[in-house]
Amino acid sequence: MNFHPQILIDASYLLAAFLFIYGLKRMSSPVTARSGIVVAGWGMLIAVLASFLYVFSVEEAAKPHLVVNVVLAAVALLLGLGWAWRSGKKVEMTAMPQMVALYNGMGGGAAAAIAAVELLKPSAEYTLIPLVVTIIGALIGGISLSGSMIAWAKLDGRINGTWRIKGQQALNGVVFLATLALGLFIAFAEHGHAPVILTAAFFVGALIFGVLMTMPIGGADMPVVISLFNAFTGLAVGFEGFVLQNPALMIAGMVVGSAGTLLTLLMAKAMNRSVANVIFSNFGAAGDEQQGEIKGSMKPVDAGDAGINMRYASKVIIAPGYGLAVAQAQHKLYEFVKLLQDAGVEVKFAIHPVAGRMPGHMNVLLAEAGVPYDIIYDMEDINGEFKEADVAIVIGANDTVNPAARTNKSSPIYGMPILNVDQAKQVYVVKRGQGKGYSGVENELFFADNTNMVYGDAQKVMVAMTQAVKSLDGGGH
Amino acid sequence: MDTATTITGFVALYIFMLAAFTGYEIIGRVPSILHTPLMSGSNFVHGIVVVGALYALLNATTLPEQIIGFFGVLLGAGNAAGGYVVTERMLQMFKASDKKKA
Repeated sequence: MNFHPQILIDASYLLAAFLFIYGLKRMSSPVTARSGIVVAGWGMLIAVLASFLYVFSVEEAAKPHLVVNVVLAAVALLLGLGWAWRSGKKVEMTAMPQMVALYNGMGGGAAAAIAAVELLKPSAEYTLIPLVVTIIGALIGGISLSGSMIAWAKLDGRINGTWRIKGQQALNGVVFLATLALGLFIAFAEHGHAPVILTAAFFVGALIFGVLMTMPIGGADMPVVISLFNAFTGLAVGFEGFVLQNPALMIAGMVVGSAGTLLTLLMAKAMNRSVANVIFSNFGAAGDEQQGEIKGSMKPVDAGDAGINMRYASKVIIAPGYGLAVAQAQHKLYEFVKLLQDAGVEVKFAIHPVAGRMPGHMNVLLAEAGVPYDIIYDMEDINGEFKEADVAIVIGANDTVNPAARTNKSSPIYGMPILNVDQAKQVYVVKRGQGKGYSGVENELFFADNTNMVYGDAQKVMVAMTQAVKSLDGGGH
Repeated sequence: MDTATTITGFVALYIFMLAAFTGYEIIGRVPSILHTPLMSGSNFVHGIVVVGALYALLNATTLPEQIIGFFGVLLGAGNAAGGYVVTERMLQMFKASDKKKA
């Protein structure tokens, strides 16, 4: 029997597809999540190694170039792997969302590159369906590449502010339709053998649209957009997989395409917005919404006093926001929490779905500080418990605890689910200054009778609270 | 080649349909505490695109194809490796109370 490398390749892809799905399944529970990514990693390694068996079955025309191509492939693999491995090891946990955007854009670019190589082949004979699928995959991949780069640059602070012009949506629409029309022209009229300049124009159009689509979107909405581009890249990979007749790409791409779409919808829902609203509206631009009259005043309190009060409480719930991570105060916070736990106080963390930069980001940041995940609760699970809490402490969060979302119909955040911290007997709000949240809405929680403000850098405040409790208990031990 | 499989229109649609349901079911039941690692994990999974880029590069016949193929493999490898590293880093931090740090 002859040596059939294709059987080995096919078997490896089947195994890889199984390991990806099994790995993702394991990733869906915190207990097994770690092993899930390792399982999926083995799938990737097997698939990549098996791909080098293609050297035994390259097309006749490519044979004279085989040595050069293999060297190029090895160099590209090592460069990409080496760079990404290093950057992935170095990145701060707070910068995780933009890093995911960057890697995701690279995947979209790879999908577009596959399409470009297919379209450039002078000798190829195309049939219509694969050709149209190639074009659509290329369009989505190109948009994902340039859009993700903009998302990365924005979250990383390399592009500041939003870029909006009059008639922007009309412009975007024209660019998109022109690019799509050009792509379909290449497929239907030119049968894939369009002049290179037209093909190039098609790819440039896709890239420009990705930029135009992402530029007007504000930084706070970016996670939804990144998740959307993640789904886009998945679809692009799935489509190019069909063109290459590669079931591993088809399955992995489509699994991510649908999972990413669902995740995008969940994120948008948690922010009380629709995906269309995130992409097409200019949220946060109109800052002068009608404000309801706010009664009462902000009452500052000393950090030490607040700390001691919590030491004598029986139940404390902590509502952290991104401000906690910006101040890098998670470790100091957990130190304080352990002190409270040692004193017999029941401490729980309440996580709003959009705390941090994207859903689950705050959990990652707390996990980094060593906070065990079983004292961290999702909003739906803990919102009923605030009534029984002696103290609720809000650290670096604002809009996610604003009662205006329940009551003030003119507020831009009206209808967004919030943490019910205002129902606790005593509320402390740790805050740098008197600023507003990203929605630009004044927070009536800060003026409530049962609320006291602890002003200062979150890290210093946590240290002050810890010291106050320690000096109190110091004599007793 | 006699062993090569051909995936035509409807077979492709079956594969896409089943894969889409699979992805939906996996994410639908995940607690939101894992959304960030899972987004990153699914980002890693579509890094499989590197395999397609490898195929395209190995079959390249002209210089432009080689250049684009090279960048395709480079980007795909970055997607896969970067996605793996950051996901693994995030997930290894999740610990339960009773399991004290070793």
